Amino acid sequence: MNILGMLIPVALALGLAGLGAFFWAASSGQFEDLDGAAMRILIDEKEEPGE
Amino acid sequence: MNAPALSGADLVVDGMRCAGCMAKVEAGLGALPGVRAARVNFTARRVHIDHDASVDEEALIAALKAIGFEAHAFAAAEPVARESRGLAKALAVAGFASMNVMLLSVSVWTGADGATRNLFHWLSALIALPAIAYAGRPFFRSAWRALRHRRTNMDVPISIGVLLTAAMSLYETATGGPHAYFDGAVMLLTFLLAGRLLDTVMRERAQDSVAALLRRLPEDVRVLEADGAVRALRLAEVRPDMRLLVAAGDRVPVDGLVEQGSSSIDRSLVTGESVPESVEAGGSVLAGTLNLSGPLVIRATAAVEDTVIADIARLMESAGQGKSRYVRIADRASRLYAPAVHTLAALSFAGWLIAGAGLHQALLIAVAVLIITCPCALGLAVPVAQVVASGSLMRRGLLVRDGAALEKLARIDTVLLDKTGTVTEGRLEPIAGLPEDEVERRVLLALASASRHPIAQAIADRLKAEGVVAAPVRYAGEIAGIGVEATLGRRTARLGRGDWVGAPVAAKDGATDRGVATSFRFGAGPAHRIALADRPRQDVGAAVERLRAQGLQLQFVSGDGWPVVERMARQFGLFARARMSPADKFAAVEALEKAGHRVLMVGDGLNDGPALKRASVGMAPSAASDVGRQAADIVFFGDRLMPVPIAIAGARRTMRVVQQNFAMAIGYNVLAVPLAIAGLVTPLVAALAMSGSSILVVANALRLKNAAR
Repeated sequence: MNILGMLIPVALALGLAGLGAFFWAASSGQFEDLDGAAMRILIDEKEEPGE
Repeated sequence: MNAPALSGADLVVDGMRCAGCMAKVEAGLGALPGVRAARVNFTARRVHIDHDASVDEEALIAALKAIGFEAHAFAAAEPVARESRGLAKALAVAGFASMNVMLLSVSVWTGADGATRNLFHWLSALIALPAIAYAGRPFFRSAWRALRHRRTNMDVPISIGVLLTAAMSLYETATGGPHAYFDGAVMLLTFLLAGRLLDTVMRERAQDSVAALLRRLPEDVRVLEADGAVRALRLAEVRPDMRLLVAAGDRVPVDGLVEQGSSSIDRSLVTGESVPESVEAGGSVLAGTLNLSGPLVIRATAAVEDTVIADIARLMESAGQGKSRYVRIADRASRLYAPAVHTLAALSFAGWLIAGAGLHQALLIAVAVLIITCPCALGLAVPVAQVVASGSLMRRGLLVRDGAALEKLARIDTVLLDKTGTVTEGRLEPIAGLPEDEVERRVLLALASASRHPIAQAIADRLKAEGVVAAPVRYAGEIAGIGVEATLGRRTARLGRGDWVGAPVAAKDGATDRGVATSFRFGAGPAHRIALADRPRQDVGAAVERLRAQGLQLQFVSGDGWPVVERMARQFGLFARARMSPADKFAAVEALEKAGHRVLMVGDGLNDGPALKRASVGMAPSAASDVGRQAADIVFFGDRLMPVPIAIAGARRTMRVVQQNFAMAIGYNVLAVPLAIAGLVTPLVAALAMSGSSILVVANALRLKNAAR
């Protein structure tokens, strides 16, 4: 029984961490261009942008 | 350091297909002076550019064209994006809560009891209640709005169901009862929010086509006073009989008569006619048309609110209002649904009371009925199908701007096709008569590049594409309405009207039955008569055939003259109407709609705007005018016409799946509701039934992944 006292808060905390990560991702535009993100790994970047 | 003002632009880019294209667009724009950053959004086929205020959109579009991409300005739809972001957050919270509550519920179902079950119920309440308070807001708000106006909508039973369930479960938990439905309540919210989010993604984007229309006019005009002085005036202050200066390259601000000067006028914005028209003193010009070659003095014949372009703006407005309000299929379903659910729950409550059950038990059963009938599958039935189908259409180059357009498109029976820019590619192409000799070609390119005239530009584009390099000529100037002249060494080269160039045959130039022609001669060499035409898209025949096979009536409606239209109508065997003004097109659509037909209008120009808006569904190519694209429900990319029948086929498939989904959702209710009324629904049964039916509906909708064929 005591193990539940540990596991349940831990499970909830992990879930909340995931939720927090999603909130951050949604507000910083990570889901704006899903197809493009898949394509971008194919682009060879010779120079760093901003040079 | 004083940094110049930064501004941003959003462009729709045509023809991006792969990672290479993305890199090319970003690098090409990034290399422009004044551009800080360019980032492609591949999903939306857009590019966002941060640039200094010194760079304008035209320059960006020209730069994209130079590397092979057609681009158009794009007005962003901010409010919709904000709404869907809020829904996504609510969905995340509901999803998080339902997973955790489910974890605890599984333990209860597998036999936890006594103190453990109570603890788990309390923990569930701790997670579920804040989650419901946060994630349920979209439904509560909408239900409250409806109730305040003494109406009911789908959100009323949802809100009552969720709130009642939560309250009932809290009571059960506090009294140590065996059944708490926290898992059902949050799972319900999760599924419903998923449906709502997809629905928002599909909803109509903000349309401000009328504003876009009037932005086409210059804000300031230059007025020529009686004493010869030039004064700047605001456009709104122009009155009839004022004399205005219109420089080459400017748009004509108001309708008027030409007093001095001669030039050619590009009327494509207003009439859709692709071939420029020459005007001389005494001729009339329309507001919004583009003065191509020479300065003009015009006398205004109308104030700005009485111009042809203002008439089109008014027509568009009335088209938006006159369009019979289409009730979306999901809304029709919910109109029947809400009262039925309330009645059922109330009846089971009353029935069990009469049968002698206690208040507590009767209430529990009523809650179970509300949960089990909650329209999870129904809420997902339409949006999932539409999202999957429009994703498939997007991959085939069709952008659906409004989910309801798919519903309406499936029931279309008549298709009206505009000619210029829709059936044809909307740009002139040299089809015959270009010189073969290399020197002549180089001189011709130099001449053609010097003029803004569309004919010259079409010739220049073709020669550049063939790798010709312009000869180093000395320009002698352009004579408005006649042609351009230059010298190379001691030889004179001319491009323009046949008699001026010195063509042996006094060939008639300007519009001919096959399009337009111009002449070119270098020194004493032979005169070349270069014919140009606006060619049909290459797959028009196949597309027309497929539309017929779909059982649709087809018609051409064109603003062009008879000879051009007739030839094309014969070629594709279509009924055609020529010389139609924007009001004529609008009237044609309205007459068909009033006669009970459902019309798909395919057009591109400003002149098609009112008709596009009035028709059940409007479709425009991506190269259309701003107004055309704003007025259309669906935009298609690329050089082909085939997307039109593909969209119709896709829409019909989508509606079939939507109907199947409805059948499944209703079938599920028919099975589950008697169980709920009989009092046999435990939280476990409710959870299984709800997720089972939702998954079934989603899986069925996924079959639309290849709907666009």
